Order: sequence, then structure tokens, then C-alpha cells
Amino acid sequence: MASDPTPATSGGSAFAATYRHWHETKLAKAKQRRASFTTVSGVAVDPLYTPHDLADIDAAHDIGFPGEFPYTRGIHPTMYRGKLWTMRQFAGFGTARETNERFRYLLHEGQTGLSVAFDLPTLMGRDSDDPLSTGEVGRCGVAIDSLEDMRRLFDGIPLSGVTTSMTISSPAPVALALYLAVAEEQGVALAQLGGTMQTDILKEFIAQNEYVFPPRPSMRLVRDMLVFCTAHMPRWNPISISGYHIREAGSTAVQELAFTLADGMEYVRLGLDAGLDVDDFAPRLSFFFNAHIDFFEEIAKYRAARRIWAHVMRERFGARDSRSWLMRFHAQTAGCSLTAQQPENNVTRTALEALSAVLGGAQSLHTNAMDEVLALPTERAARIALRTQQIIAYETGVANTVDPLGGSYFVEALTTQMEREAYEYFRRIDEQGGVIVALENGYLQSEIAAAAFDHQRAVESGDRVLVGVNQFGSSGESQIPILAIDPALERAQRAAVQSLRARRDNLRCSAALEALSEMARGNGNVMPALVAAVKAYATEGEIMEVLASVFGRHREPAWV
Amino acid sequence: MNQPDPTGSPAPSRPPLRVLVAKPGLDGHDRGAKVIARALKDAGMEVIYTGLRQTPEQIVSAAVQEDVAVVCLSILSGAHMTLLPKVVELLRQRDADDILILAGGTIPEADIPLLKDAGIAEVFTPGTDTRDVARYIYEHATVPV
Repeated sequence: MASDPTPATSGGSAFAATYRHWHETKLAKAKQRRASFTTVSGVAVDPLYTPHDLADIDAAHDIGFPGEFPYTRGIHPTMYRGKLWTMRQFAGFGTARETNERFRYLLHEGQTGLSVAFDLPTLMGRDSDDPLSTGEVGRCGVAIDSLEDMRRLFDGIPLSGVTTSMTISSPAPVALALYLAVAEEQGVALAQLGGTMQTDILKEFIAQNEYVFPPRPSMRLVRDMLVFCTAHMPRWNPISISGYHIREAGSTAVQELAFTLADGMEYVRLGLDAGLDVDDFAPRLSFFFNAHIDFFEEIAKYRAARRIWAHVMRERFGARDSRSWLMRFHAQTAGCSLTAQQPENNVTRTALEALSAVLGGAQSLHTNAMDEVLALPTERAARIALRTQQIIAYETGVANTVDPLGGSYFVEALTTQMEREAYEYFRRIDEQGGVIVALENGYLQSEIAAAAFDHQRAVESGDRVLVGVNQFGSSGESQIPILAIDPALERAQRAAVQSLRARRDNLRCSAALEALSEMARGNGNVMPALVAAVKAYATEGEIMEVLASVFGRHREPAWV
Repeated sequence: MNQPDPTGSPAPSRPPLRVLVAKPGLDGHDRGAKVIARALKDAGMEVIYTGLRQTPEQIVSAAVQEDVAVVCLSILSGAHMTLLPKVVELLRQRDADDILILAGGTIPEADIPLLKDAGIAEVFTPGTDTRDVARYIYEHATVPV
């Protein structure tokens, strides 16, 4: 590293001598603001990086070219010079009507893909009139109880003309069935549909906790979706293997990288065990990373992720198709980095985080609104967030050349270091028996909780500065308008789902639910039975209840 | 009344203050609850964490059973105006009025006075220093004699 004034190898002895001279005469005498510097994840950062830091890095083998193995510099030869990333803003609140309006607004303002946020009852497989849904309907996202709601959600939006990402995991197969039913009504063929289902249930057990069934039956449902989508939906990403939530729960950047890719490997095994050829489904595995505040650490993380995945797919899983090797990812700026104090500062944080995601080569991006520490975004805040991406794309010039930071001594050194540390985590997870065992043991969760606590301690000691929170506070706190969800919407949604149950053909519905139950108890693919059930207007809650009666409901020990 | 250094342990003659950290409703975001639980434990309290997805009834039942002096409710789902007053109401029905009830999470400033009217003693929003929570508890919790 640069702090060692006696570089052993490359750069030649002339460079080594010059470096040593600089280190002794200039650096050693200069004052530094702190005794040591680290990234927000605690990785040591040196005062200077030089060609010596690239000594172990083979430019051809490790860095290479964009669009070529190992894809460190990007997955396409021209990246944003050929096509900008998709500006895909996560949105959803209230009922399908409100969210449909927000979708149309965002598309009108220049967003290029849809991303659906569902409310907690929907995410947890509960209908809006379930007693456990009281107070929760439409608050974190849109309430979807049935095909009626899903149809209304995409009213006036042809599914042949947009790609849609749906952020839902445990009930993902139900959400997919609903989407397919709407597509069919619109006359759009399955093979035409483009989009992503988040689906990644492993990260729920590890971090976000929106699980319903225990791990193994949950993986069976993922398997069914993988197999179904591989066979029928060539433009659909059946899973978005996620690190975002792991990071939001407090993990370091390396943990985010390692746990996400370990999950990815688990899903590859799932597909292989289901009898699929790796090259049939691997090209449609997609990823979702956090774009946190430590600028260079994030860029290095994305580059390391691509390189690791390329090697894993080719060497560990024997994939032969290059599309199986290249990692496609969506990024979202870090919600946990935003502050309630002086919320306007969050526009700045989001812009810098978005920039790191772009310099890191993301395929699509969501930028948070400034008010999201407090509530769901207002229209104005959502617009500013979208404009942030547009300014980066069209005004800054960073999109005009590929991987502009490639070759930076710092970025390449950090990329390699993160890669090394990720492999160390893979080894530890493998030693425990794999991801599922590691999460059943609480190992992954406790790593994350420890990192979260370390971060809190660093903020409270002042070692980690949060502008406006532990430094540069303002006494006259600015109040920004925040979005309020009208409680009347919950009452209306409850009434609507009850009315649906009365109006539908209940014989047809019961028969469909019975058929689903039987399929779930066996080992067949549940997707066709799910589509039949949603078309018979079985509600999401009813479907999830049927599945819960077969699979059970997961209760996790209260790890602290 | 307990007034030890919030970063240390209580006076040796007194048993540690018992605190329930609870997650009401469907919300699964437990980073804050876990950090608070650990911080209060480090400050010398005995902390019971309910785990996720507790109904108000389950929280109150646990609070009474565990004989706690404090209930900390962590919620980030926006359902706080429905769920938190319900916890207060149920505790009152169980004659547990002396339990200090605190809340934390994604709670807009405008809702805080309403929650206080409903019986939540204090609301700790994003950016809170955990030492302030510990100090508040030591200053306001009713210790059984």
C-alpha cells in the first residue's frame, strides 16, 4: 500500500526511490486532520495511491474492457454512451388510483421505467381488511388486494410499452400472477413482458424481515417462479438479488457485496437443482445494490461485484454463455444515509450517491427524495429526485465515456481489496454450510447488527460526522411539507375488498384456491394455479393464507 | 429515582431497570430497535426485545408479564397513529399507568403532540443519540420500591 515507503515490485526502482523520497520529505512532515481515515464501512484509506498499488493487478486480466469478461469496467462496450441507465423511481402509496396517477406523472416527467412500492399488508400477504392491517393500508406503498386493484394500478399504461419492477418478495409469485393476468387482459403476450420481480427471499431472512413462510418452502416458491419465467418470459428478470436492504439494516459495503453475491450463488444452485441449464436462467438473474455516501467505496464495490460474479459464474458454475457472466444491477441511493435534520441536504447526498452509482455502471437507478426520512415523497420532492438523475445524465458529461475512473490507483486498489474481503466472507459462509444455514444460525444477522451498532457508536462519539445531526446543526429547523396518507383510503380499500368477495363467483374462487392448495402440497409448479386463482378474484390474503396452511408461518428468534 | 451515569451501570444496591423494546404492527425494520436495545443494555438496563410484528395486545401482555418499567415502541411504517395510542389504552386498562411509554421511528413532527396527548411520554426521531434515550429513561421511569 502507499503507506509502505518500500514498494517491492512494479514501477521500477526509479519510481520506488522517488516515492520513498516524497514520503520521507513531504508526507511524513505534513499534518493530517486525523490519525487515520476510513471509509464509512471502516476500510482504511491511505493518503495517496500510486502505480505501486496496482502491482498485483493485471490490467488485461483484472480490469479488461467493458463488455468483456470479467466486466470490471462495465457490462456493455459503450455503456451510457450507447444507452443511458433506466431512471426507475420507486413509487406507490394509498390505493391503486393514487399510485396510477403518480406513475403517469413520473412517466410524463421523463422516467423511463416503472417501479412499484406495495404497502406492508400487501408485502406481508394480508388483505386490507385483515385485523393486522389496521392503520397500515396504503402507508408504505400501494394496497393491492386483488386483480381489480392490479388492473387499476396500470390503467392507461400499456404493459407492452414499459418495463415494470415490483418490490415484493414473499408474495412475489402472487404479484407476478396478478401482473400476468392484467397483461393478458391488455392483450400482451407473456414473452413480450419486460420487468423485474424482486422475489429475493433470502435477504428478507437476513435483513428486511418481510418473510411469511419458513426458508425452505420460500425457496420452493422462488424455484417455481424461476422455472416458469425461464420457460415463458425471456424478457423478465424473475429475481433481483438484493444488497440494498442488507446495507440499510446497517451492514458494511463488503458485507453488502459478499452477502448479496452469496445469496446469488444460492439462487443459481436453486435453478440447477430444479433441472435448469445454467445458461438458460443465469442471464436473467439481476441484482440490486445500495448507493451509499462513501463515494469511492461504492464505485469500487460495483466494479468488484461484476468481476467476482463473472468469475463465479464461469468457474464455479461452468456457465458458457457470456450473458450468464455479466452482472446487471439496479441501484438505489441510501435511505439510511438521509437525515431528518435539514432535509434539503438530502438532495445533495442523493446526488452524490447517484453519481457513484453511475460511475459504477448501474443499469437502472432510483434516487431518493429529500423527505423520505419522514414520509413517502411529495410530488415535488419526487420530481427533484428524478431531475437529479437527468442532470447527471445530460449535464455533467460523466455518461459520455465508459468507466471514467478505471485506472485510478485508488479505485482499482479498493476494487481489488473489496473483492478479496468478499471471498473471505464466502469462505466463512461456506464453512457454516451455506447461506441458509448461516441465516438460520443468525450469523449474517448478527454481523449486520454489530456493524449497525458500530456505526451508531461512531456517530455518537463524533468520529463519524453527520452534517446537521452531530455537526453543523441549525436551531431554526426548516419544515418541509410532507405527504399525508388519507385514512379514508384505508376504509375505502377495506370496503372494496369486502365488496369484491361478495360479487365474485365464489364457487369458482374456492375451486381455484383448492387446486392451488393441492399444487402447493405436491411438488408441481404453483404458477399456473396462482394465475387461475387471481383470475377467479381470490384475494392476495386468501392465496397467502392457503400457502401458509401448507408451508407454515416463520417466526424468527428475537436476535439482538 | 435512578440517576446513574447513562453510559455505565446502576448503583449496585438497585436491580437494573427493566425495559421492553417492542415492534408493533407489520413493520419489519428492526435496525433501530436492535441498536436501542443494545444501547440501553450497555447503559445498565435489563432489556427484553419482543421481536417483530407484535399486536398491541401482545406488547401489553409482554409488558405486564415481564413487569417492565418502560415500553419502547419502534415503528417505521406510518401506522403509529393507530397502533401506539392503542398500546397506551390497553396498558391503562391493565392498570399499568406507571409504565413509561416511549416511541421512536419515522414519526413526523406534526404527529408528536398528538401522540403525547394520547399518552406517549416522549418520541425519539431519526438522529436521536441513544444516550439521550437512556438518560430520559433514568430521569423519568418509575422504579418500584
